[in-house]
Amino acid sequence: MSDPNRAWVATRKGLFELRRPAAGAWQIERVSFLAEPVTMLLPPDDDGRMLAALNLGHFGVKVHASDDAGAHWREVATPSFPEQPKEATGVPWKLVLIWSLEAAGGTVWAGTIPGGLFRSQDFGASWQLVDALWQRPERAEWFGGGYDAPGIHSICPHPGQPDELLIALSCGGAWATRDGGRDWQVQSSGMRADFMPPERAADPNIQDPHRVVRCAAQPQVLWCQHHCGIWRSTDNAASWHELKAPLSSFGFAVAVHPQDPDTAWFVPAIKDETRVPVGAALAVTRTRDGGRSFETLRAGLPQQHCYDLIYRHGLDVAADGRSLLMGSTTGSLWASSDGGEQWQTVSLNLPPIYAVRFG
Amino acid sequence: MTPGPGPRIIAAMPRIVFTSQLRRFTAAPEVDSSALTLRGALDEAFSHNPRLRGYVLDDQGHLRPNVVIFVDGQRSTDRSALSDVLAADSTVHVLQALSGG
Repeated sequence: MSDPNRAWVATRKGLFELRRPAAGAWQIERVSFLAEPVTMLLPPDDDGRMLAALNLGHFGVKVHASDDAGAHWREVATPSFPEQPKEATGVPWKLVLIWSLEAAGGTVWAGTIPGGLFRSQDFGASWQLVDALWQRPERAEWFGGGYDAPGIHSICPHPGQPDELLIALSCGGAWATRDGGRDWQVQSSGMRADFMPPERAADPNIQDPHRVVRCAAQPQVLWCQHHCGIWRSTDNAASWHELKAPLSSFGFAVAVHPQDPDTAWFVPAIKDETRVPVGAALAVTRTRDGGRSFETLRAGLPQQHCYDLIYRHGLDVAADGRSLLMGSTTGSLWASSDGGEQWQTVSLNLPPIYAVRFG
Repeated sequence: MTPGPGPRIIAAMPRIVFTSQLRRFTAAPEVDSSALTLRGALDEAFSHNPRLRGYVLDDQGHLRPNVVIFVDGQRSTDRSALSDVLAADSTVHVLQALSGG
């Protein structure tokens, strides 16, 4: 079981482990990889095994594993693309970033920029590119969102279907496999891309879902914070319908309650070049009725001259459905223990935050 | 008549020197190489520590964007084939480029 009183913050300058004493405030317990950019982490499993993905400024992407929940680390294999055929045009077959890490059924999945999905059956000792996805002809249409090349930022295993996986890309829509990665279908019908020419706006293959999350208890329900708004699916991504939130439907992060598929949290920002909180006042929007209505939650969050942006992986909800963590690109970290009603400042002085995760 | 020992020849070999910054992450000792191309000399160095390859070269075997190589004080410009010819007494410095922060 993951530890409900432990959390992890991946930053531009290292990996921070947080601990919460019983009924107490979150505190920084340990810093690993100080000075190194940690782009993503996989929280410890039942045996204390965890992974951290680094992106060294000079020397590239590296993966480190721990067998004791972060006390000690060792370098393991780095996912690597095969030799690029001369006739292969488009993005270079070179690993830029590990943007997502998830584990399910003994397999670890790594989503990358430039859009390759890798799997490991030995917890990072070796990685295999999911060639069937990489070879899809539609990949030629994908493009970068926030980076030069497209990337997989969301990986949603299906808790009841071990061979099923949904991924989401900026920018390449959402894709699903139901046979362990041999075949893939684009699953973004209903999303709309205002940044494209009108005749391409509904094209599922060029959508920019900023983040997609799945409800653990009702896995047919998925939530998406998209570049152009908020979408939800109740049929396992066969179709998506748009929802309108107050303040702004633009943002990057979304978290879904692990038991209640109707409850989700978002962090609105001014679209889409500005990317700061609306009115320079930080707020979280929450729906508890599947998106028919939203509440705006501000208690404990800065309400004047706040320019913090909560990026894709900067918001997480714990297994209890009440504990939330929210970290910004300017290094501020807030926590809530009551579903977002009240927020407490954990730190305003961390390095830029790439990801927060409970567990 | 038993032939005596001939003159002792000390063959010079290109030397590969890695930035000390690499040692924060993995072993990167100085290596004397028998190869006379940059690619060959690096391959020889990587044979001592295969993990070092991924720190210097990317997936396609090209020099990483924020790594720079000097051969006898001259910046190497062929970042893909690494085709520089080395002399027996060459010194190759593998350094971090300041573009990497």
